Amino acid sequence: MTTATLNPQVAGLIKRPQLRNWVGWVMTGLVGLCALLTIIPLFAVLGFVLVRGISRFSLTLFTQLPPPPGLSGGGFGNAFIGTIIVVLLGTLISVPFGVLTAVYLSEFSSTKAQKEVARWVRFGINVLAGVPSIIAGVFAYGLFVTTGIFGYSAAAAGVALAVLMLPTIVRTTDEALKIVPQEVRWASVGLGASNYYTTLRVVLPAALPSILTGVILAMARAVGDTAALIFTALFSSFWPRGLLEPIATLSVLVYNFATVPFKPQQELAWAASFFLVMLILVASVASRLVIRRQPMR
Amino acid sequence: MVNGASPQGQPVFRVENVNIYYGNFKAVRDVSMTIPKNQVTAFIGPSGCGKSTILRCLNRLNDLIASFRLEGKITYHDKNIYDPDIDPVEVRRKIGMVFQKPNPFPKSIYDNVVYGARVINYKGDLDELVERSLRRAALWDEVKDKLKQSGFSLSGGQQQRLCIARTIAVEPEVVLMDEPCSALDPISTLKVEELMHELKANYTIVIVTHNMQQATRVADMTAFFNAEATPKGGKVGHLVEFDLTKNIFGSPKQQATMDYVSGRFG
Repeated sequence: MTTATLNPQVAGLIKRPQLRNWVGWVMTGLVGLCALLTIIPLFAVLGFVLVRGISRFSLTLFTQLPPPPGLSGGGFGNAFIGTIIVVLLGTLISVPFGVLTAVYLSEFSSTKAQKEVARWVRFGINVLAGVPSIIAGVFAYGLFVTTGIFGYSAAAAGVALAVLMLPTIVRTTDEALKIVPQEVRWASVGLGASNYYTTLRVVLPAALPSILTGVILAMARAVGDTAALIFTALFSSFWPRGLLEPIATLSVLVYNFATVPFKPQQELAWAASFFLVMLILVASVASRLVIRRQPMR
Repeated sequence: MVNGASPQGQPVFRVENVNIYYGNFKAVRDVSMTIPKNQVTAFIGPSGCGKSTILRCLNRLNDLIASFRLEGKITYHDKNIYDPDIDPVEVRRKIGMVFQKPNPFPKSIYDNVVYGARVINYKGDLDELVERSLRRAALWDEVKDKLKQSGFSLSGGQQQRLCIARTIAVEPEVVLMDEPCSALDPISTLKVEELMHELKANYTIVIVTHNMQQATRVADMTAFFNAEATPKGGKVGHLVEFDLTKNIFGSPKQQATMDYVSGRFG
């Protein structure tokens, strides 16, 4: 039939090639490309480490010691256990300090002077978050190793990692406490609860999932850190012998073995890299899942 | 201010020449009133007139705001609750509060109700306390089979009644309610209002409301607050008129009250 005649008001609304549209498409393409490029490194690292590391992957990795130079086989059992010990030590030291600091910042700094203190503590925490991990390592080295208090040891390494973990834990806990609705605190105080009781029984439980996420993320950072451990944990070819002895860790194992000329050691380094990356990936996903199950809206 | 017919019954609160400041900002000026026992007293008025501020002063909840300062006296059974020898935590155990937005704790229904009892180390039977409080809050039949479920699993109206049950579980003498129905649908609102009628036999109730019909339905006494502009550009709230509800809405003595209750402003 006849072509539908459009009301002139509507005719202007039909899409037609215009400079404005072209620029829009180009820009959309550009930012999309950049977004793609950004995630390429992630998949490149994952893929590369997977390809190089998976061939050597087996259960014996976790149960055997690294082979002496020249021999093959073995595993990184000592470094695996060492990493667990060192990170747990760091967590045990940093979580109480970090969570209690955040509780002060968010719940107990009410007067003007206290707020000023809180402001400076927050500033200090932000500075600490930017401190390179090698500085944390040197700090623990200077404090415990050169003075001979601990010497090279798991304990010194735990302190170095705790310094690294502290800012993450304080910040995430601080944020988690701030998200707890003010009305819930009022309700508790309105029922005759003290500030202390309110924090312990209502605010902290409500913030717990987010706090756990922060702890997991801090642990993930600590698991992968090398610089803080080189000066403190040192390395050991044997099973961990105690908290006051040098101890093997996965990240230092990668650092030590990746550049030696022996193939079995290099393979172990790749396998350890793969395991570390997977560990951090799982930790990140786990922390997301914890957050999603939040009871508070 | 004008204080019309003298309030019936024995007074619980006497507010005497109260000025309230937040920092240097004067929020409320020169309020005096007497709140009677076992009655429902409503505070009405436009936003920013200080009615919620006054309400929160009655159980010292404003203490949580660092810049808060109060001049004048608020006596509870003839003792000034702002005297230095008063423990605000103890005040709040006698004078409970229900908030605008239902704010159950992220705990089970049961734990919500017994929270206040645990605070004061209640030695009695907790199960019995839960049933009694929920029955009084007209919620028992709806939740008796799911006491272990989270308080958040309830509807908004049920959550608010849970908050009321939680408040009356500690046997306060006074229940303060800050716009308790503003987040509720009309049916839940009606339930909460019926509840107020029943509760006033045992409790003194002070309610802030934006809803004037609600004030006429539930309140024995009504206080009308208004805000006036200050030369500095801020707003300061003050009490315009306090009288029997039927007088406030039927034959107010002040022109401002008349304008407000007849809907001419606000």
